[in-house]
Amino acid sequence: MTLHKHTLTELKALLDGGKVSARELTDTFLARIESLDGELNSFVTVTTEQARLEADAADAARSKGEAGLLNGLPIAHKDIFCTDGVRTSCGSRMLDNFISPYDATVVKKMRAAGAIMLGKTNMDEFAMGSSNETSFYGPVKNPWDLSRVPGGSSGGSAAAVAARLAPAATGTDTGGSIRQPAALTGITGLKPTYGTVSRWGMIAFASSLDQAGPMAQSAADCALMLQTMVGHDVKDSTSLDRTADDYLADLDKPLAGLTVGLPEEFFPASLDGRIAELTRETARELERQGAKVVSVSLPSVKLSVPAYYVIAPAEASSNLSRFDGVRYGYRCQDPVDLMDLYKRSRSEGFGDEVQRRILVGTYALSHGYYDAYYLRAQKVRRLISDDFARAFEKADVILGPTSPEVAFQLGAKKDDPVTMYMADVFTIAVNLAGLPALSMPGGAIDGLPVGVQLIGNYFREGQILNVAHRYQQATDWHRQAPAFGGDK
Amino acid sequence: MAIDQDTVLKVAHLARLHVSAEQSQALAGRLSDILNMVDELQQAEVDNITPLAHPLDVSQPLREDLVQPADLRDRVLPLAPASEGNCFLVPRVIE
Repeated sequence: MTLHKHTLTELKALLDGGKVSARELTDTFLARIESLDGELNSFVTVTTEQARLEADAADAARSKGEAGLLNGLPIAHKDIFCTDGVRTSCGSRMLDNFISPYDATVVKKMRAAGAIMLGKTNMDEFAMGSSNETSFYGPVKNPWDLSRVPGGSSGGSAAAVAARLAPAATGTDTGGSIRQPAALTGITGLKPTYGTVSRWGMIAFASSLDQAGPMAQSAADCALMLQTMVGHDVKDSTSLDRTADDYLADLDKPLAGLTVGLPEEFFPASLDGRIAELTRETARELERQGAKVVSVSLPSVKLSVPAYYVIAPAEASSNLSRFDGVRYGYRCQDPVDLMDLYKRSRSEGFGDEVQRRILVGTYALSHGYYDAYYLRAQKVRRLISDDFARAFEKADVILGPTSPEVAFQLGAKKDDPVTMYMADVFTIAVNLAGLPALSMPGGAIDGLPVGVQLIGNYFREGQILNVAHRYQQATDWHRQAPAFGGDK
Repeated sequence: MAIDQDTVLKVAHLARLHVSAEQSQALAGRLSDILNMVDELQQAEVDNITPLAHPLDVSQPLREDLVQPADLRDRVLPLAPASEGNCFLVPRVIE
């Protein structure tokens, strides 16, 4: 078996056992990116020289007995995380020339643990999209079928991990941006409880929803990454100050006594029957391992897409007001006055979808509409959160599909925002409630991966990782790799 | 709720986005599609419901207001599209 096929956990064992060096591993993945990413477009920036230096430093640290948890493991960062001295574009023309003067907390923590940064991955512009087609750097292709999208917004991270160009990557999830691309590319991705991972240095989209999380081949790999990513950060006022969990300790815990809730609203008549069946088959596997499956109800979840498309654009319109063409980022040519400078820098620097969302958000917050839109959406958000609280009285974890469909064709929804928004119909409610959730591969339809979503109660990342890990011990969907890159 | 071209132009000004008359027509259609979808919210029964702003309803943490060294000027100013000395340059604002 060649090195690139191994999971992060297996690579860690090889490094810890002295079977491979960080440099050898890093060169393996850099070579794959070099030869294969031209077709995939999953990276915006490859930090080849820096990665080699970091790998040599990791090997030196190990030889001195100073290996951190992720020592020598190559990873990729979504280009939404600020990286000191390296371009941080957020998939936008606005930041095409932006060299960050500091590291995001997530980047700093992973660097301190010994991880090697291979580069920065492509994404929907400012994380606004579900197909990776809104990127200034062009769409990312799905390695399972190059005519299809990898999902979004963390589409570059997902495609890179699926094609084994990186063993793991970071992502961010505001309405499904880790879980939906994970589902569409056959990998495992986790969005933690809101406030668990610091948002400092992560370019803000919708601040009350944004969370960073791991994307990798398996639940065990995600646990390894998450262990390093979490922790209180005084630089993020929404970062929670609580005792650290051990996500690796309970991975193998048997599922006897576990109650799994299936929400009827996640299996509407309109859902592809094959996706519904694969999701139910996942529930049956958990039952075989001793879990009990019950039905739960989330009646207000049907309003999650409309609530999200008020709250997220409203917060985005405020967050993106910082891009003014004055202090950093894109500036238009020959502005006649300050107003012209603001307006043209922003309309030339932002793409269509970003501008649409800024306009929707500005409208929803404007005089006379605040109560009808923003305040009402915040109240609906409470109803959704209360639904989950009631469901968690009956069940320990909630199981459903991640995405209503498998990867769709490039261009299929590009010009129809509302249809595109429905790609996140099963993921958005989790962000509105601030809960942790993961997507894992649970089957395939016509050779394309299907993702299954596990939602946990607040701070129960360890529990959903445990359930996913047990499932992955009994099945091999997560070990399937696309033929792309010669891995069939 | 449908929104017309004039409203698009007003909102674009508030958002400091340059939108031409032709663009405003197409945008009015797209934004109306989005707002029509969002209007499903009007059917929700939300009397006496407290709005939820933070998923965990935690209070804002307070800290001492202390001066922190952050001498990043030499790294930050070169990122500006136009700067001179220690200042960002913009078109003349005051005549």
